[in-house]
Amino acid sequence: MKFVLLFIALLCSSFTAISSPSQVAEKTLENGLKILVKPDRRSPVVVSQIWYKVGSSYEPGGITGISHMLEHMMFKGTQKYPAGEFSRIIAENGGRENAFTGRDYTAYFQTLEKSRLEISLKLEADRMRNIHLIADELKKELEVVTEERRMRTDDKPRSKTQEHFLAMAFSNSPYKNPVIGWPADIAAYKVADLQAWYERWYAPNNATLVVVGDIDPDNVFALAEKYFAPIKPSTIDPVKPQNEIEQFGARKMTVKLPAKLPYLIMGYKVPVLNTVKEEWEAYALEVLAGILDGGNSARLASRLVRGKQVAISAGAGYYMTSRLPDLFMLDATPVKGQTVYDMEYALKNEIIDLQTHLVDDAELQRIKAQVLANAVYEKDSNFYQAMQLGMLETVGIGWEKADDYVENINQVTAEHIRQVARKYLVEDKLNVAYLDPQPITTQPKAARHSGGRHAH
Amino acid sequence: MRINVISGLFLIIFSQTAFTAVNIDYWKTRQGTRVYYVHTTSLPMVDVQISFDAGSARDGYQFGLASMTSSMFDAGAGEWNADQIAERFASIGAQFGKGVSKDMAWLSVRTLTEPALFDKAMETLHVILSSPSFSEADFERKKRRVLAALKQREESPGALASIAFNKALYKEHPYAHPGAGVIETVAGFGPQHLREFYNQYYVAANAMVVIVGDVDKAKAQQMAEQLMAGLAVSTKPEPLPEVPPLEKGYDQHIDFPSTQTHVLSGLLGKSRLDKDYVTLYVGNHILGGSGLVSKMFKEVREKRGLAYSAYSYFAPQLRTGSFTMGLQTRNDQTAQAVAVMKQTLSDFVEQGPSEKDLIAAKKNITGGFALRIDTNRKLINYVNMIGFYQLPLDYLDSFPARVNAVTAEQIKETFQRRVKPELLQTITAGGQ
Repeated sequence: MKFVLLFIALLCSSFTAISSPSQVAEKTLENGLKILVKPDRRSPVVVSQIWYKVGSSYEPGGITGISHMLEHMMFKGTQKYPAGEFSRIIAENGGRENAFTGRDYTAYFQTLEKSRLEISLKLEADRMRNIHLIADELKKELEVVTEERRMRTDDKPRSKTQEHFLAMAFSNSPYKNPVIGWPADIAAYKVADLQAWYERWYAPNNATLVVVGDIDPDNVFALAEKYFAPIKPSTIDPVKPQNEIEQFGARKMTVKLPAKLPYLIMGYKVPVLNTVKEEWEAYALEVLAGILDGGNSARLASRLVRGKQVAISAGAGYYMTSRLPDLFMLDATPVKGQTVYDMEYALKNEIIDLQTHLVDDAELQRIKAQVLANAVYEKDSNFYQAMQLGMLETVGIGWEKADDYVENINQVTAEHIRQVARKYLVEDKLNVAYLDPQPITTQPKAARHSGGRHAH
Repeated sequence: MRINVISGLFLIIFSQTAFTAVNIDYWKTRQGTRVYYVHTTSLPMVDVQISFDAGSARDGYQFGLASMTSSMFDAGAGEWNADQIAERFASIGAQFGKGVSKDMAWLSVRTLTEPALFDKAMETLHVILSSPSFSEADFERKKRRVLAALKQREESPGALASIAFNKALYKEHPYAHPGAGVIETVAGFGPQHLREFYNQYYVAANAMVVIVGDVDKAKAQQMAEQLMAGLAVSTKPEPLPEVPPLEKGYDQHIDFPSTQTHVLSGLLGKSRLDKDYVTLYVGNHILGGSGLVSKMFKEVREKRGLAYSAYSYFAPQLRTGSFTMGLQTRNDQTAQAVAVMKQTLSDFVEQGPSEKDLIAAKKNITGGFALRIDTNRKLINYVNMIGFYQLPLDYLDSFPARVNAVTAEQIKETFQRRVKPELLQTITAGGQ
């Protein structure tokens, strides 16, 4: 124990050596665009990300997945830069670019040699307002998104089980819908739907520009002013609350799909940083997830995979930065001879242990040690740092929380962990899905061989 | 004249990126292990990686042996069991990693440089490396996990296509089988097989060390000596056999009840030390290697909406690696997608790139060169590659100039000589 505390002290000093809280420069343009700049001089590169406060959790029924679809269409050109030009210009400047959509955000990014930042801002400002939504392009891109859905979900028994699980666990929260959307909704998007969605959410006062890299904040502010300031703000009607109703009693489902291995998912309804009354509860749940699944020394690996040897794999996860109340997730794959019900029993035993006994101090310190060290390692990547700022700002927590994270984790005690385990990880708030593997009926069979080349 | 202007532009880029030059220090330990070291100072952390010529190509007929041996290092070593090893790393916030590819097996640690933390991380790594237990109980547990993972692999048409593709390309060569093995071989392993593999390949003569981070050279030297001290010197293994050339094209379909068909099509590509390396790299960048702007992406996705991802790449190895084109598409349009993919390739091989395409590719590769080495993580991967394949130490610094020297005519000539569409090995896995 003495040694563990010594390590913590040393980790703290390493962490303090590299962190000074005021590294982020912030400015808001008159039109409402928020700009966050974090200088990092380690390499002559810069990452630029623009985050919009819109994602699948903003979507009403019938058009689920439309935020993601719009993200695809954002690469289809504007008046000034026709389809393909955006990507061509970024590539020609040595840049990497892409975009991602989540439940609570849609973000676009470019990584460039530092002198090329202007190009990225110029192009992003243009497509904030000027994209060309054309029916023919949409028709093709619908096919692309449908292929994406097949690849990510439809042909993957576990992904599909997760999708069905979320649809059961949430009654009215938009978190019940997949980010990519339900197939029937994807098939029915019209240009008008996308146009309306674009006009409703893509505005400077609904966006955050995050730049991390070898650059001066004033330089970024000046460039942002030049390209984004002329854009007029919109009236953004806030998204409806859609607060999840209270759950009264456990919910369970079986998903029967062609698969080789059984699989269990469990999720307890929990608050997140954004919604919790007492902030420490969110940090305690975060540490609790670490106690269960924070690396190879954590309980699920050491007790279920190694000790009792009942699971092939077992995991736990808590997303404290979700915008809306979420699930504390657990999952497990049984070893041969064990069932998903045995997994459920084993995982619940771990929960009961956390509710009954205080976590050992050395164990708690190990989680904190990893958090401290990770806070240093994260600085290796500009992209990660930008992600962190953009996400916190976009879900409504505020980027400043990034600075307090380590300290707030350090405040968590064994008693806190037991309290949140007792309060939130309770049977009546539990959701369970069992993947019941069905035979993969078309067995892989011997090849249809043929020599030579087929004409095309 | 236009070309002159362009090359002037490249000179500017060079001068901008000149200060990112990577200074790789190289020496050998007393036991003869090669050490590659890069000093980076801005963060109090260090990455260490020890690599061996002990990848799946060394499996012999025991497919999966290299992978399973690697997976056992942190299951028990010296006096410690798996829990104690995991706790040692976690208590100091260090991250342990291990893995295998076809050519290589490696162990890695990322740690802070604060001496008490650093020393504990290095001591743990040293014991893991030099005294792994390979105990019966740990082995049996691990084997059950591997067998379950191999079973689960059969849920994935993409994985089945990939296995068939490698088999088609490499036949009986050690690159042919999947690195994780197959159920039939893994089921027959015992801990003694892992020990034998370890004793033969995890030796100082077959090792190299890479250190990237905020430790000075004296410390790096001491660290490399200490890490390798427990290993027998022994000898390097016999060189891998050359890959026999393909003789004819081949098509194979694997029936699978999925909504999409996974397509892999390709042939033998290039080795790491290939004289055509850069020419093929730049050519493929245009063909299918540059993400949203490549020809493959444009033809398959942008113009026709046939797939979410469509790409081509060379995977260079110690011996001849693969050239692979891939996509996934709805079952009923597989034939069309394959035809577009093959047509895109044969057009490129016949015509070569346009001057415009080539200039754009060069600008992308050289203008974004700093992005390739902007983190310690990326840097250690490059330095490890340079060390393992014994590429020149100035490989990274000279790469942009070598890219700029490539001409459209060279790409055309080289692709015509090396990439013969009539030899394509095409695997489709999916429903009808």
